[in-house]
Amino acid sequence: MKKNYRLVGLDCANCAAKMERKINTIKGVNEAVVNFMTTKLILDIDDENSEEILENVKKAIQDVDKDVEMKRA
Amino acid sequence: MVKKSWIKIALCVCLLAAAIFTEDINHLISFALYLAAYLVVGYDVVMKAVSNIMRGKVFDENFLMSLATIGAFSIRTYPEAVSVMLFYQLGEMFQSYAVNKSRKSIAQLMDFRPDYANLLTEKGEEKVDPYDVEIGSLILVKPGEKIPLDGVVEKGSSTVDSSVLTGESMPKDVTEGDEILSGCINLNGLLTVKVTKEFGESTVNKILDLVENAGNKKSKSESFISKFAAVYTPIVVIAAVILAVVPPLFIEGAVFTDWLYRALNFLVVSCPCALVISIPLSFFGGLGGASKDGILIKGSNYLEMLSQAKTVIFDKTGTLTYGIFEVSEINPVNITESELLTYAAYAESYSNHPISVSLKKAYGKEIDKTVLSDVEEIPGCGVSAVVKEKRVLAGNSKLMKKFNIDFNEKPYIGTVVHIAVDNEYKGFIVISDKIKETTAEAVSKLKSDGITNIVMLTGDVKAAAEKVGEELGIDNIHYELLPTDKVKITEDIIKNHNGKVIFVGDGINDAPVLALADIGVAMGAVGSDAAIEAADVVIMNDDLTKLSLAIRICKKTIGIVKQNVWFALIVKFGVLILSAFGKATMWAAVFADVGVSVIAILNAMRALKVDSLNKQ
Repeated sequence: MKKNYRLVGLDCANCAAKMERKINTIKGVNEAVVNFMTTKLILDIDDENSEEILENVKKAIQDVDKDVEMKRA
Repeated sequence: MVKKSWIKIALCVCLLAAAIFTEDINHLISFALYLAAYLVVGYDVVMKAVSNIMRGKVFDENFLMSLATIGAFSIRTYPEAVSVMLFYQLGEMFQSYAVNKSRKSIAQLMDFRPDYANLLTEKGEEKVDPYDVEIGSLILVKPGEKIPLDGVVEKGSSTVDSSVLTGESMPKDVTEGDEILSGCINLNGLLTVKVTKEFGESTVNKILDLVENAGNKKSKSESFISKFAAVYTPIVVIAAVILAVVPPLFIEGAVFTDWLYRALNFLVVSCPCALVISIPLSFFGGLGGASKDGILIKGSNYLEMLSQAKTVIFDKTGTLTYGIFEVSEINPVNITESELLTYAAYAESYSNHPISVSLKKAYGKEIDKTVLSDVEEIPGCGVSAVVKEKRVLAGNSKLMKKFNIDFNEKPYIGTVVHIAVDNEYKGFIVISDKIKETTAEAVSKLKSDGITNIVMLTGDVKAAAEKVGEELGIDNIHYELLPTDKVKITEDIIKNHNGKVIFVGDGINDAPVLALADIGVAMGAVGSDAAIEAADVVIMNDDLTKLSLAIRICKKTIGIVKQNVWFALIVKFGVLILSAFGKATMWAAVFADVGVSVIAILNAMRALKVDSLNKQ
């Protein structure tokens, strides 16, 4: 399923690139794009265990920058 | 937030100045002042670094900056230590300023999102969110207001400005029954509009979505830099560790602090920020600037490919030409031009065939049906009718032969209508498609913009294709094609040519070819969902010269990206090498980090300015 999020507080381009790389390695994530300029995260994840996958995505983001919050677009 | 940062910076500068001033007077005071200056400006960074170490992250910028500056303190290069942190913070501030500014200027560019709709209800008029308006509702659009939803004019007439959609400030008159697109501005009259699309599906929303999400499709250069950044930092940091530890152990007479200084330089240069930020910033600007000119590029990847294009394939009808048939030539024999046209228009007046329509249009006057009688259609040949008591035959060469009329049979481009009056040949009228005014200019511009191969595809006959090709200076033409042939030829071209291949069509009948080409461009697509959907690049109006403008914008953007990448890489590696040999100071390292970022960002922001390209 495809989901869009806003990454509130995303203000470093390198962090955005790190997040994108990190999220793409999470199991169940088919594709993740972090658009630094629009501060958006576009996710394509498996339908199964989507809750858990999203939880891992959130963790990956906070791991790079704990001040960034993931909000529903 | 910003104000607070400035106060910190100012305080730090004052303390730093005081520290330098007191250095010769009292070491202890001076050191305390340096430390205070450092903490004022670097406290946040150090704290972040500490929390990152707790989580085992060593390649984080905060940590590396803290390490570099604390290291500098440890070898008593205090001014450097404070300055590295100071400039790092200044760089960060500048970076967020630039990013915000770009975001804002794009938002301004895209400021045609309507905020409300005047919904007509039983109780009267009510201001509502455009999202809440259903299909079939009536809305009122007052002069000066944005049209919030796509619809049909139910009542009233006005002039609308569609420049935000097409980049062209040609006002258009609309009246009852006309379709009207959201995003346009109603200039004078009061319009009642029947809504035909929900806001989510309306033109304005689709375009905004498209522009905003274009950056999601990343270019090759962006992916490359992202991968590069992932390995760059660890490699530089490891090199720094080796530099600090190995030479003092193995080189005789090597001073540890000297090598540590070199290693610290490495840490300062270890952030790939300049590279990473300047690329999305440039693409964002290029995509935004293009959309301002009515060129929607659906991804950074397409922007990149457009800049590498070498071949442009045009569909003829509807793209190079209007796709509308018009009288292009009148060849009378022993009769005036207007008489010949009158006979033809009258004879054909009962038909709705495109040929008849264009004859009537060229005649331009009311047909007086009282002088017309005995109209008889002769299938596959033409028509016979009595006009002003004379028997008129109008049709193709078969008709002339059928009635044994002597005439000149010459091959012509387009459709030829022969006319005979009372069995005497009076001449012929040629009806053909017209080349768009801007086409010739567009083709020559493309050639000067580095497009080496221009190809024309058409289902039309050889003579017509060759004539259009000749007029436009296109020598690679393929004619009498079926839609499947167009796909086949495009495939061959992609296979056999270097550089990217652009296909330009109207986006309606050529979806397979649009999808096949490296870059599918749909022309004049405003209001056509299918075309916007199928194409990679959408040119909102009908002006073909926008294609070369698009290529120029893309080349400029990619040029900026390349300049930034090379500039940053050369400076960074230059400073790294000089540092390794002890030839670079920490000031040089600060420049390679912050200075390069600032310069790259300023350069990237140029991408947004596309006005000058328009005039070339």
